[in-house]
Amino acid sequence: MKVLVAVKRVVDYNVKVRPKSDGSGVDLNNVKMSVNPFCEIAVEEAVRLREKGVATEVIAVSLGDKSCQEQIRTALALGADRGILVETDAELQPLAVAKLLKAVIEREGVQLAILGKQSIDGDNNQTGQMLSALAGMSQGTFASKLDIADGKATVTREVDGGLQTLELSLPAVITSDLRLNEPRYASLPNIMKAKKKPLDTLTPAELGVDVTPRVKTLKVSPPPERKAGIKVGSVEELVDKLRNEAKVI
Amino acid sequence: MTTLVIAEHSNTELKPATLHAVTAAQQIGSEVHVLVAGAGCAEAAAAASRIAGVSKVLVADNAAYATQLAENMSALIAEVATAYDAVLAAATAGAKNVMPRVAALLDVAQISEITAVISADTFERPIYAGNVIATVQSTDARKVITVRATGFDAASAEGGSATIEALSSAHDAGLSRFIEERVAKSDRPELTAARVVVSGGRGMQNGDNFKLLEAVADKLNAAVGASRAAVDAGFVPNDYQVGQTGKIVAPDLYIAVGISGAIQHLAGMKDSKVIVAINKDPDAPIFQVADYGLVADLFQAVPELSSSL
Repeated sequence: MKVLVAVKRVVDYNVKVRPKSDGSGVDLNNVKMSVNPFCEIAVEEAVRLREKGVATEVIAVSLGDKSCQEQIRTALALGADRGILVETDAELQPLAVAKLLKAVIEREGVQLAILGKQSIDGDNNQTGQMLSALAGMSQGTFASKLDIADGKATVTREVDGGLQTLELSLPAVITSDLRLNEPRYASLPNIMKAKKKPLDTLTPAELGVDVTPRVKTLKVSPPPERKAGIKVGSVEELVDKLRNEAKVI
Repeated sequence: MTTLVIAEHSNTELKPATLHAVTAAQQIGSEVHVLVAGAGCAEAAAAASRIAGVSKVLVADNAAYATQLAENMSALIAEVATAYDAVLAAATAGAKNVMPRVAALLDVAQISEITAVISADTFERPIYAGNVIATVQSTDARKVITVRATGFDAASAEGGSATIEALSSAHDAGLSRFIEERVAKSDRPELTAARVVVSGGRGMQNGDNFKLLEAVADKLNAAVGASRAAVDAGFVPNDYQVGQTGKIVAPDLYIAVGISGAIQHLAGMKDSKVIVAINKDPDAPIFQVADYGLVADLFQAVPELSSSL
């Protein structure tokens, strides 16, 4: 069974991003870029499936400009077998990414696609669901546990108030939540090996997908600042303030 | 311009998140309809018909929608949506699972987790875990939107008298099957709907110590939450998590106990009206957003707090 994992290049989660002063976008100059943390969890899950003998091949796909090769190499160092870059300088929004991934899945005969549940830049939480709908594959989002057996995927999902378990027929799209696994670190030998693994490049035109954005960002701005209040000296003072000043209890 | 709100419900009860989505819908279009899809969901539909400002409730009562399977729900909603200019749902785990599919089936973008309506096609939404607010404009003829409940007041649950119309269409994709749901039973209010939230972090040291917070929560009729650190350490189940990747809350009073205040936690609670922080580290970032900070050992301060309430 071939497994596809999508890896997105995003601003590293430790970086505090700021809007540019003219509000035209987020300042990405000299900012560290990494694999989206949820995508890293997806890669780990796919690699574990191959190590268990469930998957035969793990294909890491990224979409964007040339620099996304770095994130594909990271996925290869974590254990993916080969990479595909869908290369474009155009801004890619979730619907376009879903269409491109669907085209790659059809081309490669993929049975299982594992994506991160959301990327930490756009916070959209859409691509996996859109891919599932467009490709007619079953859907298991926000997964905290995944088992594959007898042509079925059993997935435990994080839902409001608890956990839900679904049985999906394959092919399926899974999106990873935080607790699906703990990704490994890439070892130096594996990082060296990753440089020799195959990495093909495709374009949206070759895949026959129109990637025109549907949403325009008019401006970005910092969120309203919340000012620090006061320090109280005792529990008694705290309760008094909450009762008589804030009037919330 | 008519908008459609997808109800979040348990068949017998309408979830309060729906009321916030109705308010957002009213800001986009003049007429608001609500779709209730479930099995044996007449009570939820009746509740939806009483929401102030809703003129029509569509009810799809069919076994195919009993557990809100994404494949079935999205096929139904995409079919019904063609009669509307905008489709909205509160950004609950259920809607996040279903709505992007609806958008894809309609070949339109989804605008996720809006916090403000600027005009019928322009919205504000947080990106980068709430560190940046983007103003975005949809160029699609039909909008599919999820609504961050904390960004909009709740519509009044009573006062409306919408007509109720039954839908007969049943979509069963047969791709997935519901096995079970394990939902923690609690007498406390739901995290996202509670007026007061008491949350604990890594400083709680273990799950047993959350009893201290529960004692405070009982006095204030509050929900109990946690930081990601506390959840990852196994102190409490993951549905307690408040933060960017957990629940987004904006209660009247948020009490953060033993929580340092990582960015990703602040993203989930900084819109609370009043924030209290109790932490023994005077330099903890949580104090930068707290209205009232108490530098103290929580194991002394919290019992003292619950006995003085």
